[in-house]
Amino acid sequence: MKYVIIGNSVAACGCIEAIRKVDTQNPIVVISDEKYRVYSRPLISYYLGGKVDESKMYIRDEDYYEKNKVETKLGKKAVAVDFKSREVILDDGEKVKYDKLLIATGGKPFVPPTKGFELKNVFTFIKFDDVKAIDEAIKSGAKKAVVIGAGLSGLKAAEALIKRNLDVTVVELANRILGSILDLEASRIVQSELEKHGIVFKLETSVDEIIGDGKVEKVKLKNGEVLDCDIVVFAIGVVPNIDFLKGTELKINRGIVVNNKMETNIQDVYAAGDCAEGYDFVFEQQRVIPIWPNAYNQGETAGYNMAGVERTFDRGFPMNSIGFFDVHMITAGIVVPNSDDIEVLVKHDKEKNAYRKIYLKNGRVVGFMFINSIDRAGMITNMIKEGFNVESIKHRLLDEDFGYLDLPKEIRQEKILGGAKA
Amino acid sequence: MAKKIFPKEDVCVGCHLCEVYCVYAHSKYKKPNIKAHELVKLYIKHKDSKPTPKILIEEKSGTWTTFALQCRHCDDAPCTKACITGAMKRLEDGRIICDEEKCVGCWSCIMACPHGAVRRGENKKAASKCDLCLELGEPACVKNCPNEALEVKEV
Repeated sequence: MKYVIIGNSVAACGCIEAIRKVDTQNPIVVISDEKYRVYSRPLISYYLGGKVDESKMYIRDEDYYEKNKVETKLGKKAVAVDFKSREVILDDGEKVKYDKLLIATGGKPFVPPTKGFELKNVFTFIKFDDVKAIDEAIKSGAKKAVVIGAGLSGLKAAEALIKRNLDVTVVELANRILGSILDLEASRIVQSELEKHGIVFKLETSVDEIIGDGKVEKVKLKNGEVLDCDIVVFAIGVVPNIDFLKGTELKINRGIVVNNKMETNIQDVYAAGDCAEGYDFVFEQQRVIPIWPNAYNQGETAGYNMAGVERTFDRGFPMNSIGFFDVHMITAGIVVPNSDDIEVLVKHDKEKNAYRKIYLKNGRVVGFMFINSIDRAGMITNMIKEGFNVESIKHRLLDEDFGYLDLPKEIRQEKILGGAKA
Repeated sequence: MAKKIFPKEDVCVGCHLCEVYCVYAHSKYKKPNIKAHELVKLYIKHKDSKPTPKILIEEKSGTWTTFALQCRHCDDAPCTKACITGAMKRLEDGRIICDEEKCVGCWSCIMACPHGAVRRGENKKAASKCDLCLELGEPACVKNCPNEALEVKEV
C-alpha cells in the first residue's frame, strides 16, 4: 500500500495526520511544485508586511515529514495522472506509483486576459514566491501599487503594501469590497476604516490595460482613469488548480467532484481543499469552498478513508476570520440573504464601531457577520453546523456577552461536560 | 485520554479567584505558594504586562449562576484545523496549546471554537487559552478555587 498526495498545503496535512492515526507504516509520498516544506499561504501577506519572518511561515515542525514517515518530492510538478496504470507523472519524467491518491493541488490565481500582464512588476498574490518577488520590487524602489481585487487576499495585499509605505489603490469590479464575506452595509463600515489608513478604492471598475516599457508604469481602468504605478498585484480570486487533469476520466465540474468521503468518480482517487467541489451544508449544494478549515477537514476525511477507516464530512460551509489594521471580522455561511424566508437580526454600535448581523432560517442560524465584536463567535459557527434552534434566544445572539448562560441548563451542561468531544 | 477541567455551576460563587490564579500561574513573576493578597500586589506592580486569563467566566446580570469555562481540549479540536500558522496544536500528552510566539492573531481559532473558550490575549496580539498548567502539576484554577467548583478529570 502506498499513499500519494499531490499538493503540500493544509489539505495534505489533514490527510497525512489522519492516515498516521490509523496506519503508521505504509509509505506516504507528497509531491509539490513548490520547493518549500508545508507553509501557510494566508501568511504571505504577513510576511510581506513584515509581521512574520520566513521561519514562522511554516505550519508544522521541521521534522514533520520525518516523524510522519513522509517522502517528499518538492520542487517537482505533477504534469499528468495515468489513472489506469495508477501513476503520477512528474515534469522531470519520473513516474510515481500509487495505491491511494489524494489530489490536493489547491487553487491558482484567476487572471482575466489583460494587455500588459507580462510586464515586469505585475504579480499575483498566492504563493510564497509571489511575495518574495514583490518584496524585491519594493526594495528596488517601488512606491506606488495598484491592487486588482478587493477580496480577502487583495485587501491583505493592500494592507501589507501600506505597511511597507507604498501608496495603494485597490480596484474592484463589484460595488463593494469583500463581497464574498460581507453585505453592502458591512462592507461600507470596513471600507471607511481601510480608507483611514490610506487605501484608495476604485469600485465598479476594472483594469483595462497595463501600460509600460518592459516594466509597469501605468494602469488604465475601464472607467477611463489612468493610475501611475510601479507594482500591479492581481488578486481577483482563485480557481481550482486542476488544468493538468482536464480531459481525463476524472469528473470535474468547477472543481474535482467529491462525495462526503472525498472520493472522486475514480476508485482510490480522492480530492480535497481548494481544488475539490464538495457539499456545502448551508447552501445545500456542491461547491468549491476555498477556505482553510474546510481544506483541513476534507484532507483529514480523505486520509481516514484512504487508510480504510470510513469517515464522512458533510458539514462544510464558508467561514472566515480576517483582520485589517485594527478591524477584525468573523463571518460564516450566508452573508447576503438568498431567499425571502430569511430573518435578519442586526445591531450596529456606532460608538464601538461594532456590527453584528445574523441571518436565520426556520429558527436556525444560516449566516452571520461580526465586525469588531468577535469574541466567542465560534459558538455561533457551531450553531450553524449543528442546526441548533435559536428561536428562544435569538436576540441575545447579537450581544457581545452571549454565552452558555443563555442556553437552558441541560443543554449547557451537555455542551460543556459532554462537549469534550466537540 | 486527556485531562479536562469541569466547572460545577451549582457551587461557583463567581469570585473570579480562578482568573486571578490563572493569570498568576502564567505570569513571569510566579513563585510557589502565593497568597491571593500577594497577587493583588503583583498585579499592581506589573500591571503593564498583565496577561489575559486563559479562563473565561460566564456571568449574566439577573442570574445567580456563574461558572468558569476553560478550553475543553476537544478530541477533534476545530481550533487546530482552523489555525493558519500552526500555533494551535495538540501536544503528545493530549493537551491543545497555543504557541503564542507563532500566533498572528487572525482569530480563526475564535471562529472555530464551539465553546467560545479561546480569548484574545494580552494586547490582543495572540490567542490565549487554557494549557492545563501541567507544568505545575495541577491547574492553578482548580487548586485554588475556594469552593471546589472546578474539577480535573481524565476522560
